Amino acid sequence: MNPIDLVLNILTIGVPFSVALLLASTGEMFNQRAGIFNLGCEGIMAMGAFLAFLPPFFLKDALSPAMSNMVGLSIAVLAGAVLGILFAVVTIFFRAPQGIAGIGLQMLGVGIAGTLFRHFVGGVTGVPGIANFPIPFLSKIPFLGPVLFDLNPVAYFAFLLVPISWFILFKTPWGLRVRAVGTHPRAADTMGINVARVRFQALALGGAFAGLAGAYLSLCQAKMFADDLVAGRGFIAVALVYFGRWHPLGILGGSLLFSIAQSFQLSVQVWGIDFPYEFAVMLPYVLVIVVLALTRKSNKRSPAALGKPYNREKRV
Amino acid sequence: MRESAYLVFIILGAIVAAVGMGAIVLKLIGVNPFDVYKVILTEPLKDIYGITEILVRTSPLVFIALGIAIAFRSGILNIGAEGQMQIGIISAAAIALAFPELPKPILLPMVLITGAVGGALWGGIAGYLKARMGVNEILSTVMLNYIAAQVYGFLLRGPMIDPEELTVGSGTPQTIRLPRTAWLDRLIPGTRLHTGLILALVMAVLVYLLLWRTTTGFRLRASGAEPRAARFAGIHVERSLVIAMLFSGGFAGLAGAVELTGVHRRAIEAISSGYGFSGIVVALFGGLHPAFIIPSAIFFGLLLIGADMTQRAMAVPANMVLVLQGAIILSIVSAKTFLNDPYTKDRFMRRMASFRLPRRKKKTVSGLGQGGPL
Repeated sequence: MNPIDLVLNILTIGVPFSVALLLASTGEMFNQRAGIFNLGCEGIMAMGAFLAFLPPFFLKDALSPAMSNMVGLSIAVLAGAVLGILFAVVTIFFRAPQGIAGIGLQMLGVGIAGTLFRHFVGGVTGVPGIANFPIPFLSKIPFLGPVLFDLNPVAYFAFLLVPISWFILFKTPWGLRVRAVGTHPRAADTMGINVARVRFQALALGGAFAGLAGAYLSLCQAKMFADDLVAGRGFIAVALVYFGRWHPLGILGGSLLFSIAQSFQLSVQVWGIDFPYEFAVMLPYVLVIVVLALTRKSNKRSPAALGKPYNREKRV
Repeated sequence: MRESAYLVFIILGAIVAAVGMGAIVLKLIGVNPFDVYKVILTEPLKDIYGITEILVRTSPLVFIALGIAIAFRSGILNIGAEGQMQIGIISAAAIALAFPELPKPILLPMVLITGAVGGALWGGIAGYLKARMGVNEILSTVMLNYIAAQVYGFLLRGPMIDPEELTVGSGTPQTIRLPRTAWLDRLIPGTRLHTGLILALVMAVLVYLLLWRTTTGFRLRASGAEPRAARFAGIHVERSLVIAMLFSGGFAGLAGAVELTGVHRRAIEAISSGYGFSGIVVALFGGLHPAFIIPSAIFFGLLLIGADMTQRAMAVPANMVLVLQGAIILSIVSAKTFLNDPYTKDRFMRRMASFRLPRRKKKTVSGLGQGGPL
């Protein structure tokens, strides 16, 4: 196979991989910009993936495929927002330590999705899912076409969300409030911003993104659901927020880099270079640790109040 | 009196919240939550086999929870016990298989120590990354879990697989049986209860002594409670983090070695099966204190066995344990604010007091704040 085809192949597999990470990571960025470290992302993604899978699985006779997919996506987004709000109740209203609470939410989400899946579905079953939508003309461009313009509708939406998120975060009053409560909640409070409310909103938004990310996994990428479908992507997404320096563009770069590395690893496996596949599978996780270790300087740019519960009544 | 009533109210509230979240899920899959909870909590206690099986689950949970308590108290959240346990299992198995001819008094301690060292080194990676590079320890330990699972799988399927599995062709990923000299003895013949439980109890005492009766323990707790103050007092906080992770990983590795030599006696897949995560819940439920971790571990041993039984008897998927554990974590961390924060407590008491006034006129007896038996 000539090198251009090789690169093309790696990219056409890698770019779709990045979508779930991009969505979840952008959502997590809103959480962290508001000062909340939401490790439950993994659990929310699992719930989103499972719930999105349900309507096309059960209602395939009652609804048209397009309709059932839409219902699935909406349910996943809604459930994500609800779980985000549950996390908000625990970490903002009850001011629980966020790291441990996140692990709790992760167990809860993965557990509920797994329990309901085993009961209602039983084994791994496929759904038709959402097909790719090649954009007319653009998808015919050599090289760029198949990589960028022959994607899933949800993927286009995800890439569109990058500039939108940037605009929301840096150019709207609400974005300013989010950054304010994540940097110096007391100052924000003094200026009349309701810290708890903004954080609630940011968590609901982040949860919705994570729910959609899960839905993308089950409906668009794998076109099925399994217990371990999410496989740590939620945690990787959290790590990518650090890597992307809490900026939508950085996160886009991070998720692309990461998924292209992963598709490279898959290609290496397919083209018969003989080494134990376990090492290929662990590669992304090693990469996360290396990336986190190398980007330590950027941690200085992290939202100043990240991970610290805000207590209005406490004396400073 | 009012203080204790407050305490009881918050704890009851947390229990209701956790049990309630589980009940909603159980209701969704069409079973009666009360029946399920009854089976989980009573069925395992009905015969000696059930009780010993609870205690078999208790030992690894105690080890892991002790390690996690050390880490949490030192200000580093170790989520990686699962991976540290697997590394402990595989290194313990390697030593046991490498020196089968050694006498038991030498081999068995060597195997257990190797397991602990393996886990400690694996945990130490996360500690070092946190101390030197500022890598978030939750993310690194989670990633190390996935990596350890692959290393474990690779060794079991490749270099360490039982040669017989290859000749017969079944290819089950497991090692050959450990030599008898590397076995922990069974306490009650005919059951799987082994001497690891005694070791767990001894370790609980040692951890108590370490944390509250030694300088190292003081340094660890100080680094966790207020790192800035600790630094001003001349404590090397970064070193404390690494030490805490070494201990924490060491206990997880020891849990693996004990589970290996006491229960399965060969390294098999899924030997750690979620103990690493249950251990976190056990540690939190036990208030990160060795004395309370032991009853907490027994309770979660009961929960694990009970959930197994409901899966067989009532077709409730075993993932339900994860739901309950997640709900319990969320309830505990939420309740802690009410228990530890005097401001919240004050306000809560005032509100309750204002509620109480009209009630008193009607002379109805409400349990809360009435100075009853509590």
